[in-house]
Amino acid sequence: MREKYVGKPIPRVDAYEKVTGTAVYVTDMFFPRMLYGAVLRSPHPHAKIKKIDVSKAKALEGVAAVVTSKECPYRQGIYLVDRPIFATDRVRYVGEPVAAVAAESMEIAMKALELIEVEYEPLPAVFDPLEAMKGEVLIHPDLASYERLPIYNIEPEKNVFHHHKTRKGDVEKGFKEADYIIEGEYSLPQIYHAPLEPHGAIAFYDFNGNLTVWSSAQSPYTLRNLIAHAFKMSRHKVRVIAPYVGGGFGGKAGINMEGIVIALAMQVPGRHVKLIYSREEDIMATVVRQGMYAKVKAGVKKDGTLVAWEETMVFDGGAYAEYGTNVVRAAGYTTPGPYYVPNIKVDSYGVYTNHLVGGAFRGFGHGELHWAVERHMDKIAKTLGMDPLELRLKNVLRPGHTNAMGQKMHEHTGNVEACLKKAADLIGYGEKPEQPKDRVKRRGRGIAALVKAPAMPTNAASSVVIKFNEDASVTLQVSIQEIGQGFNTAITQMAADALHISPDKIKVVFPIDTDANPYEWQTVASRALWTVGNALYRAAEDALSQIKNIASQVLGVAPYNLEVEDDRVYIKYDPEVYIPLKDIVMGYTYPDGHAIGGPVIGRGSFVPERLTNLDPETGQGNAAAEWTFGAEAAEVEVDMETGEVKILKLVGVFDAGRVVNPMIAAGQIIGGMVQGMGPALFEQITYTDDGKPISISFTDYKIPTIADMPDEMIADFVETPEATSPFGVRGIAEHPMISVPPAIASAIYDAVGVDINDLPVTPEKILKALKEKHS
Amino acid sequence: MTITLNVNGKNVQVDVQPNETLLDVLRNKLYITGPKEGCGNGECGACTILYNGKVVNSCLVLALEADGAEILTIEGLTKDGRLHPIQEAFIEENAFQCGFCTPGFVISTKALLDRNPNPSNEDIIEALAGNLCRCTGYQTILKAVKRAAEKLGVEK
Ligand code: FES
Ligand code: FES
Repeated sequence: MREKYVGKPIPRVDAYEKVTGTAVYVTDMFFPRMLYGAVLRSPHPHAKIKKIDVSKAKALEGVAAVVTSKECPYRQGIYLVDRPIFATDRVRYVGEPVAAVAAESMEIAMKALELIEVEYEPLPAVFDPLEAMKGEVLIHPDLASYERLPIYNIEPEKNVFHHHKTRKGDVEKGFKEADYIIEGEYSLPQIYHAPLEPHGAIAFYDFNGNLTVWSSAQSPYTLRNLIAHAFKMSRHKVRVIAPYVGGGFGGKAGINMEGIVIALAMQVPGRHVKLIYSREEDIMATVVRQGMYAKVKAGVKKDGTLVAWEETMVFDGGAYAEYGTNVVRAAGYTTPGPYYVPNIKVDSYGVYTNHLVGGAFRGFGHGELHWAVERHMDKIAKTLGMDPLELRLKNVLRPGHTNAMGQKMHEHTGNVEACLKKAADLIGYGEKPEQPKDRVKRRGRGIAALVKAPAMPTNAASSVVIKFNEDASVTLQVSIQEIGQGFNTAITQMAADALHISPDKIKVVFPIDTDANPYEWQTVASRALWTVGNALYRAAEDALSQIKNIASQVLGVAPYNLEVEDDRVYIKYDPEVYIPLKDIVMGYTYPDGHAIGGPVIGRGSFVPERLTNLDPETGQGNAAAEWTFGAEAAEVEVDMETGEVKILKLVGVFDAGRVVNPMIAAGQIIGGMVQGMGPALFEQITYTDDGKPISISFTDYKIPTIADMPDEMIADFVETPEATSPFGVRGIAEHPMISVPPAIASAIYDAVGVDINDLPVTPEKILKALKEKHS
Repeated sequence: MTITLNVNGKNVQVDVQPNETLLDVLRNKLYITGPKEGCGNGECGACTILYNGKVVNSCLVLALEADGAEILTIEGLTKDGRLHPIQEAFIEENAFQCGFCTPGFVISTKALLDRNPNPSNEDIIEALAGNLCRCTGYQTILKAVKRAAEKLGVEK
């Protein structure tokens, strides 16, 4: 691909709207006669619903509709249809929707909620996934009867919604060959996405039975699909419009709270119903990241060569599976991450508990799996007396190796070794950090690697439509959502290069409207530039060939002797002979008035090539389209008296294939690293003993502020062009969050000699470990 | 109850309920949607406005108490369709991603630079510690504030 705009730090196309406060989010939309929605939620983590009486609420002046599972008996779910829009016979977590109201004002809606009477009979609840696997309390007794994608492997008597197996080589043989067998246990709690914009949606149901939903959605098409599926509607009757999303991080993928407001709108045809979650509701009743417990056993040679890796991961999936099915699967097929091991046995379990619902979160299983893998690599290094970086470099996946699912690595797959070396350089790895005079404070450095492929179905499709306008400007239609990652800017740069025109002649159609924009699976998995880039390339080729075909008739030369550049199409071997592009793109009109051709519309579609499902018993196959490698490093200062950790410096280096916009890409890395700091040091959903969530505000669920920012942060790249992208690109948006926690934990060990294996690494845990070490 | 507000230089009268917040009135009654609700509880800064020249979380102000107040929101920063230097600096430094926190950060920056045209890193961190951003990691926001200070310094 000829590059003129790709690789340049051009300003964001959404900049003016966003700095002036005129960018429109769902919460900023108002319609005439609009009603306000509110939701009544379960106070119990697990209970039978004996009776719901809504008569008093219905009778309240100003109430337009009250809905429960009686009016809306539907379930939803992306891979496993297990989540009722309104709890039916039982509630399974604190915060689960039981009923909803639409009223003339928010005030009336809240009053109406108080008038709804619900009688519960509490059931025994289970909060620990290991406990839940014993099956003494069944959270979904009917699990076997739920509709699901056949690749997911349920174990209903154990509360397991997916059990993923990887069996590569012969792990027992591997352990026999090993000089050392090293075991370890690692865990992390549920965490919350905390987008600054809480979830929200507006629904409108008209008298023809057409439904329109405005939603803060990462995946307009998948949302449409899941709405239509849940409500048993034809796809063409459902329209999703998705304006700007104020941060998603996976939490706004698929379907979330939209069903509630749709159910209300269906009761009041012709009126818009708006439902915007409060922060408390957003934490309790959307999705969080799954908690995880992992047990690892690795077989290693004296020289540090890994020969066997056995691991069990148990995910706390919460009350419903959501994306958890695929999180569990992705973690299962990626472990042990960026390292080559000939013999692997991994069992990854997604388990129902009566905790908040787990879903997709930036990095999707990989933050979890790398916590265990990278902590364990440090443990191996310590046991062998080897430098942790040296151990990693010895074992990284290289061309010719196979990964856990048996895929062969190539030169063009990416270069984790280069990422590690660059990150090591940038953090000053190997040199001792200068220690503060205050002997109580010690500094240390740590490093961790990572790898992630888009976790997606084998046929996750994309499409692009390029429409030329009368003046040869272009409108580009695509349905990837602008959630802050800078997609609309990057795709403009790529389209400019693909079409050989200037980026200021291109507009990306926004907001996304499923009635107008072409199909796109979802804005998830760091796949957008890669997958849409492929579709865009085809659409541009299609448009250019139409242009050249028309021009070839006019100029009397073969299409392959023509070139398009900026505002003209010219003869390659005689560039002074040209036709202005604007005279072609609506068809060419000869001086005598007769015309040929017609409006130029380029069309491009794409599905990933050669992907397969994995063998259910061995997990071998070709489920990942492209892999992004990276390495992250941290320098920290630990106060041995208080246990407090200050992050002094963070470094992230990623093999992006090709960086489309270095300014935006660096923004993704810095932002992702800071998002990784929170779970490393303090973020965690906390509960009372009886399962009520405590951390349901920004006071009780802290996220990093500007005061937590490290003194220095560096984003850098390696560029090994991706062979499956005409632009050479691969994703980097989720990756920066993944290995920050293990890099920090490693730096803490370097500083004060204690290993913390359970996130978050709080001052209390450090003090306790220091005490144990010194006694 | 009817109150009078001066919002971005214009006087408006509006009917309010006793328990309504200033943020609700701005957004739902005057359709001034630049200030956002990120928490409704004084914890995130997305609703930041200037209130009689002081920086406040408008979700914590009762509308009734605001009678007669002079209010500046992000909408009041652009003059004759031209960006304010702070807004330019936010673009040049790429100091936003999803943009939901941006109106709050820009207004907090304005308040800081109004009282301290030459802030140190520590001053900036102190002034912006009540504004949450989940996207950017703050690095570019810090740079944008410094760049804005430079721009405004040159302008004077
Ligand atoms: S909405 Fe006012 S501080 Fe969060
Ligand atoms: S840019 Fe998204 S919260 Fe700050």
